[in-house]
Amino acid sequence: MAKVMVKGTEAIGEAAIRAGCRHFFGYPITPQSELPEYMSKRLPEVGGVFLQTESEVATVNMLYGAACTGKRVMTSTSSPGFSLMMEGVSYMACAKLPAVFVNVVRGGPGLGDIQPAQGDYWQATKGGGHGDYRLIVLAPSTVQEAVDLTVLAFDLADKYRTPALILADGMLGQMMEPVEFPEFRDLSTLPDHSDWALTGAKGREPHIVTSFDIDPYVLEKMNLELVEIYKEIEKNEVRWEEYKTEDADIVITAFGTVARIAKSVVDMAREDGLKVGLFRPITVWPYPYEPLEKLADKVEMFFDVEMNMGQMLEDVKLAVKGKKPIKFYSRMGGVVPTPNEIYDALKKEIGR
Amino acid sequence: MRKVLYKMPESLTGKEFTYCPGCHHGIIHRLVAEVIDELGIREKTLVVAPIGCSVFAYQFFNMDGTIAPHGRAPAVATGMKRARPDLYVFTYQGDGDLAAIGTAEIMHAANRGEKITTIFVNNAIYGMTGGQMAPTTLLGMKSTTTPYGRKAENDGYPMHMCEFLKEARGVAYLARTKVNTPQDVEKTKKAIKKAFLAQVKGIGFGMVEVLSTCPTNWGIDPISANKWLEENMIPEYPLGVFVDKVGDEK
Ligand SMILES: Cc1ncc(C[n+]2csc(CCOP(=O)(O)OP(=O)(O)O)c2C)c(N)n1
Ligand code: SF4
Repeated sequence: MAKVMVKGTEAIGEAAIRAGCRHFFGYPITPQSELPEYMSKRLPEVGGVFLQTESEVATVNMLYGAACTGKRVMTSTSSPGFSLMMEGVSYMACAKLPAVFVNVVRGGPGLGDIQPAQGDYWQATKGGGHGDYRLIVLAPSTVQEAVDLTVLAFDLADKYRTPALILADGMLGQMMEPVEFPEFRDLSTLPDHSDWALTGAKGREPHIVTSFDIDPYVLEKMNLELVEIYKEIEKNEVRWEEYKTEDADIVITAFGTVARIAKSVVDMAREDGLKVGLFRPITVWPYPYEPLEKLADKVEMFFDVEMNMGQMLEDVKLAVKGKKPIKFYSRMGGVVPTPNEIYDALKKEIGR
Repeated sequence: MRKVLYKMPESLTGKEFTYCPGCHHGIIHRLVAEVIDELGIREKTLVVAPIGCSVFAYQFFNMDGTIAPHGRAPAVATGMKRARPDLYVFTYQGDGDLAAIGTAEIMHAANRGEKITTIFVNNAIYGMTGGQMAPTTLLGMKSTTTPYGRKAENDGYPMHMCEFLKEARGVAYLARTKVNTPQDVEKTKKAIKKAFLAQVKGIGFGMVEVLSTCPTNWGIDPISANKWLEENMIPEYPLGVFVDKVGDEK
């Protein structure tokens, strides 16, 4: 299939449709409104349903209801909107409902601004909603990868019966790049959820989808089932990319948009004869702790770059286990660092 | 031969209700189940249970179901109905659920003309959490958070959901009833049936508000509770059919 030029948000929408998503619920918020707009035009063309909701609170609950029926469902939002969805995300995680969320992160906290940022890393990877639960969190750094990870998100959500999140940012959402789309998934080949989905109790015992049990021993059992699912995901689904790390002395750690900028920094440094590489988690949950620890045994130092106050830095520290020094550079509030700026900061750290 | 006058509706599981003696939730459950039986749609109906004393409704209704987060049942039901328009979906909600935390969701589902049915149980108080003020609590009525009686200046006025919702163009059937006499039970059943027919016929949103007792949190016995409802709730919440686009049953 030929490559086409598409904007990040729209590419994610098209990828979702090709992955078999026919139900999208959403509420406008910059910088992702083109995604619901795209879906409102495209879904009716393929016999799907688009609904603009009254709020993100309603959105996540419509997603809950539609997911209960076993269908592939999706929403997208940006930071304040995702905060509003947290109650429902926790309910869906506990009720074991597959769904795909897209958070096109903007500057924060609070109302913040509409520029790209990475301040929602903790919310995405460590919780945000109440209780013990995890989300599969995928962090693309190119539009092509956003397409591929959107399809993967649906498949993983279905496989593990859990919500999955595409953690993007305004930069990726607004950027246009040539992408290759996957073929349309034949809806009849999608995973069969007839063992739990709410489809009408015809000729069988009723199915109950719930995040509730009044008996603490039963609820603990439900929690432990989730723990087992999360262990499986940690075992099977860790994804990351390494760039020029084979002989690297210094490894930059970064995810999403900043990782893409950091790649240029690696090339700039290499031209100057500095052995710099990049380690980029693709799944930020489950986090690639082991591969990063392996690098810690080989390199001299790490340089973590983020567009937040150092949220992933905590995971980098957990992986590196104090074996090597970790320096940190960041811009926040929606400011995107330039390659030169990052490279200068790196050189300063190593006294060059 | 003896005739069977009453039997357990197929749409109930037969699991013992967890409601207090004299509570109307049980009567209302039975009426909903009878209506679903009579329409023959049990195997195509999904129940959305709320947060509140009826959180266990999914265990009592013999059909596929779930529990929505507090107040969000109309949104959950919307998602279900949009994903499976061939199924019938109903929410069962208390007044704290529907008229406080979930006001936005019910207003918008009704206004969209979402083809779902809502059973709204108004007992003028929060039952499950132990008798705090609800939006529907009467002026002067004591609750654990209005120990001196509800005052308009501080707590606002009793909330009239039918009166608000009747303006919504997507509403196909809307009525307020009660179940404290056998005649009222019959009338409520008819209303519930029409609210479901609004969905079955694909006309739009249907809701029945049923005035109900909470002897436990009102702090009186069941018989006095029925009388209290009659004397205090009826003047505030007049019964009636507010919208009926379903017409007479053939
Ligand atoms: C988000 C959230 N807030 C508060 C609660 C606590 N809560 C449980 S039941 C309830 C009140 C329910 O009252 P009502 O809807 O009138 O139902 P009833 O118990 O009277 O049948 C509240 C506030 C909750 N479960 N979730
Ligand atoms: S607390 Fe009130 S509403 Fe709840 S079951 Fe008892 S009587 Fe019914």
